Amino acid sequence: MKPFAYDRATHPSDIAFADAGAAIIAGGTNLLDLMKLEVMTPDRLFDINRMDLSSIQQTENGGLKVETLVTNSDLAADMRVRQHWPVLSRALLAGASGQLRNKATTGGNLLQRTRCHYFYDTAMPCNKREPGSGCGAMGGVNRINAVLGTSDKCIATHPSDMAVALRALGATVEVRKKSGAVQSLPLGTLYVLPGDTPERETVLEAGDLITAVCLPPPVKGRQIYRKVRDRASYAFALVSVAAVVEVVDGKIARADLAFGGLAPVPWRDGAVEELLIGNAPSTSLFDAAADQLLRTAKGHGGNDFKIPLARRTLKAVLEEATR
Amino acid sequence: MTRHMKMDNADTRRRLDDMVQGAVGAPLDRPDGPLKVTGAAHYAAEQPTDALCYGVLVRAPAAKGRLLNMSTNAVMALPGVLAIVSDERMLRNPAQGTANEAPVQGVHEIAYFGQPVALVVAETFEQARHAAQALQLHIETTDEAALDPLAVEPEIPEDKQSSMGDLDAAMKNAVYRVDETYTTPSHSSAPMEPHASIAQWEGEQLTLRGSYQMLKYNRNELADSLGIEPKNVRILAPYVGGGFGSKLGIAPEAVAAALAAKKLSRPVSVAMTRPHVFETTMRRSETRQRVRLAADAQGRLTGIGHETLVSNLPGERFAEPVTQATAFMYRGENRIIGQKIARLNRTCAGSVRAPGEAVGVTIVENAMDELAEQAGIDPVELRKRNIPEEDPTRQVPFSSHKLAEALDAGARGFGWEKRNAIPKQVRDGEWMIGMGMASAFRVNMLKEAQARVRLNANGTAEIESDQTDIGTGTYAILTQIACDMLGLAPENVTVRLGDTDLPPGSGSGGSFGAASNGTAVFLACEELRLQLATAAGCAEPDLTLKDGKAIVGNRQVIIAELLPSTALEATGHIEPGDASSKVRQATYGAYFAEVAVSAITGETRVRRMTGAFAAGRILNAKTARSQCLGGMVWGIGMALTEALEFDPRYGQIANHDFAEYHIPVNADVPQIDVILLEEHDDWANPLQAKGLGELGICGAGAAITNAIYNATGVRVRDYPATLDKILPGLET
Repeated sequence: MKPFAYDRATHPSDIAFADAGAAIIAGGTNLLDLMKLEVMTPDRLFDINRMDLSSIQQTENGGLKVETLVTNSDLAADMRVRQHWPVLSRALLAGASGQLRNKATTGGNLLQRTRCHYFYDTAMPCNKREPGSGCGAMGGVNRINAVLGTSDKCIATHPSDMAVALRALGATVEVRKKSGAVQSLPLGTLYVLPGDTPERETVLEAGDLITAVCLPPPVKGRQIYRKVRDRASYAFALVSVAAVVEVVDGKIARADLAFGGLAPVPWRDGAVEELLIGNAPSTSLFDAAADQLLRTAKGHGGNDFKIPLARRTLKAVLEEATR
Repeated sequence: MTRHMKMDNADTRRRLDDMVQGAVGAPLDRPDGPLKVTGAAHYAAEQPTDALCYGVLVRAPAAKGRLLNMSTNAVMALPGVLAIVSDERMLRNPAQGTANEAPVQGVHEIAYFGQPVALVVAETFEQARHAAQALQLHIETTDEAALDPLAVEPEIPEDKQSSMGDLDAAMKNAVYRVDETYTTPSHSSAPMEPHASIAQWEGEQLTLRGSYQMLKYNRNELADSLGIEPKNVRILAPYVGGGFGSKLGIAPEAVAAALAAKKLSRPVSVAMTRPHVFETTMRRSETRQRVRLAADAQGRLTGIGHETLVSNLPGERFAEPVTQATAFMYRGENRIIGQKIARLNRTCAGSVRAPGEAVGVTIVENAMDELAEQAGIDPVELRKRNIPEEDPTRQVPFSSHKLAEALDAGARGFGWEKRNAIPKQVRDGEWMIGMGMASAFRVNMLKEAQARVRLNANGTAEIESDQTDIGTGTYAILTQIACDMLGLAPENVTVRLGDTDLPPGSGSGGSFGAASNGTAVFLACEELRLQLATAAGCAEPDLTLKDGKAIVGNRQVIIAELLPSTALEATGHIEPGDASSKVRQATYGAYFAEVAVSAITGETRVRRMTGAFAAGRILNAKTARSQCLGGMVWGIGMALTEALEFDPRYGQIANHDFAEYHIPVNADVPQIDVILLEEHDDWANPLQAKGLGELGICGAGAAITNAIYNATGVRVRDYPATLDKILPGLET
């Protein structure tokens, strides 16, 4: 572990002193591992655990504001979440292990790094860790890598389950900018695709702090989180689907769908939803939706199976949601 | 006094049956258990040591090459750095089990990715780890590394090829035949306690606190590596957090710690990081296995072919003994058994829990399932029809053979009769349900061992041996044997283990620890009983010892009153003899598994398992059961998830941590029932106990993959059966 300076930040304004070499630590369940391996080598850590950002409150519009330090365990167990946004609770409980969920926080979960083998090994090329060094996963062991939204520089996935559910729920992220201004970002605009700069994963800048995640008011419909993985617990998603689907008068009225394990970001594809809405559920419709979702999917050998797996999983989720 | 015994013939006395204390066989808690769960037991790197400094191994970032130089000056300037050791005595890889000498040494010739080429020592572990990471290595990579077992010309060692009769003709004439090729990937032992050593010198005397399985060999291996006399080396390993074969031989961290401690005149701790454990300790070789089975109309085997390809580093003698049990598993007068070895630039291959049978029996048991289906014979019945009368290759009798009983007991306990033999018939919603079974086979071994037992004047006893307890229950079972033989309660018996200053035991490995060291304790106790009988004025068989009292006829005295004022001491010494060649000794069992496979995703979850095992006298019902559970959990991992994944270009292990090397977690392990059969094998040793630690894995994975076939109609012949291998066979 590279030596670093440690600051206990007690107020969001303290973070404004953070520069590009600094990192924010909350639960530390991912950052500490990465620091030990020197995949991340911040020269300064801002510990935000003493900040008063651990509450879950109802918002005026009937939504929910989840402050950044709420642990994954507490969020999953919250009665309001379980009742009105159950897809979020299920996604959280599908992630990591009990011990990790007790430590991991809401903001930290959103900003966890990819689990790509090549990102984790400093002896390997990785454009995300060391821009310009190449992508080791292409042509290498890439069973866990992405098939959508990749670039010729990076095929890493975003590993969060929680973020997939939040993406389906249309959550927004509250960010306190370095300047002190508070910004509300739809989760979909927080993340950026790798393109030529896979080292850049979000629109956040040094000194910015995620202070909360806001859930919109509850909607009608069935909520499902389905995670496909190699073992029954403590494994990242090969494919996951978060769905909020409502059928009215025999026709799909709402189909909010997000996907994990497939892309560098929690994936959502409006064209898939448009195709479904207004139509009666049927196998051929679901096939068409899968075609739409996977129209640009590209395997890299080891992860080719994710394409048929995503199709099967999406269809099963839609069938269950519209049954 | 020493009582010596060479195991040349069956010992039919069954002396333990004469004892009345009732400790042997009971589910005694492990005496070391509370120490371990409260943290009071110090594992290797946890021993409080004054002036300790820390070393971290530096891994070679190439699979083949030559280390030219390194950025020593820059790293020495980093805070806290004390030394950089890069010495020709450092180990390329761990010694193989019972090597008794140094393995290949040297830091300049790089033979695999992750080979330790230097040790960086600093005041703190964090400083050392950072400095190790900062060390720049200049490596010349001119020769191409050999990374693909199928792309190199393999060695075909003469002593690993054998044949009997005419297998080709048997295959031609067979009514039913199987000829399939299967593969298993490399596995890691992945013990919970990483390999770690603290080395400390006093003059020429080295003390190493390590995490090792076989101390009498480890001492010689360490001494040979350093070029010093074994008498100048003491190794302490009172607690070992799992080994599974990866701690059989001295490993790179021990030698590096000793070199650094000498150089700095300070104690040095070297603990491997988890990636180090994956990269620089023994892996189980990947295997490619062609199995041929020829059977007559009744399903009786007339021929067996088992030809395998494994790999190892250049210069390593060990080759995964895949066909070890094939010689005696089933009948069949025509046989070909062969092995080829590919020399690869991959992490050293060595013993990993049940070397040979773990992967070899598993694959033959898959082939047997294919034969059963073809012949339309129930898989249990097919196996029973093929139990040989005697060892079919050596033509010697079996010492004891309980496969049929294990098959019946397991089938009954599991409810095998409810299985639908036709695949894809049972559904539970989206889940396809299947049942499968497999037999278990494992060779049984006895190894030379000594143990000292001291009966103190106050009537308590102490047992001493350099034997290790790697989490299996050695402390418990040695206590129990002494309790029965000497008529003592467990709290009056103390066991001291894991110190090379104590009499040499067998070491832990090959499932021979309990039988070998238990016999040494038994023999020492027999000698003590003789002394007590003399003091009591009776013949030894007439002496009854119970609850600290000696009973002779209608006379009862406290044992302590029979003792001299000083302690009474005896050493037991067992050596293997001709027994192992006069008979075939092995352990047997049967596994039954029910799986559920998602018809949508191909995910497999094991719903329940039953294992029935015969391993001679059971010394401790609780630890024996735990060993069987552990073995079957390994079977779940082997069947469904575990595989070291090597990069095809660079040769590194891509999934070198617990996040991505998927051992089963709690949620993957269902209800497992263990049935332990009554057996007393007089040819094994005077305890009639046999090895059990590895039996639970020797075919367990096949019960699961056979169940996957029954559920889905998909034969996965390339392990592990991850969902991507099942998906193509599922309906859309």
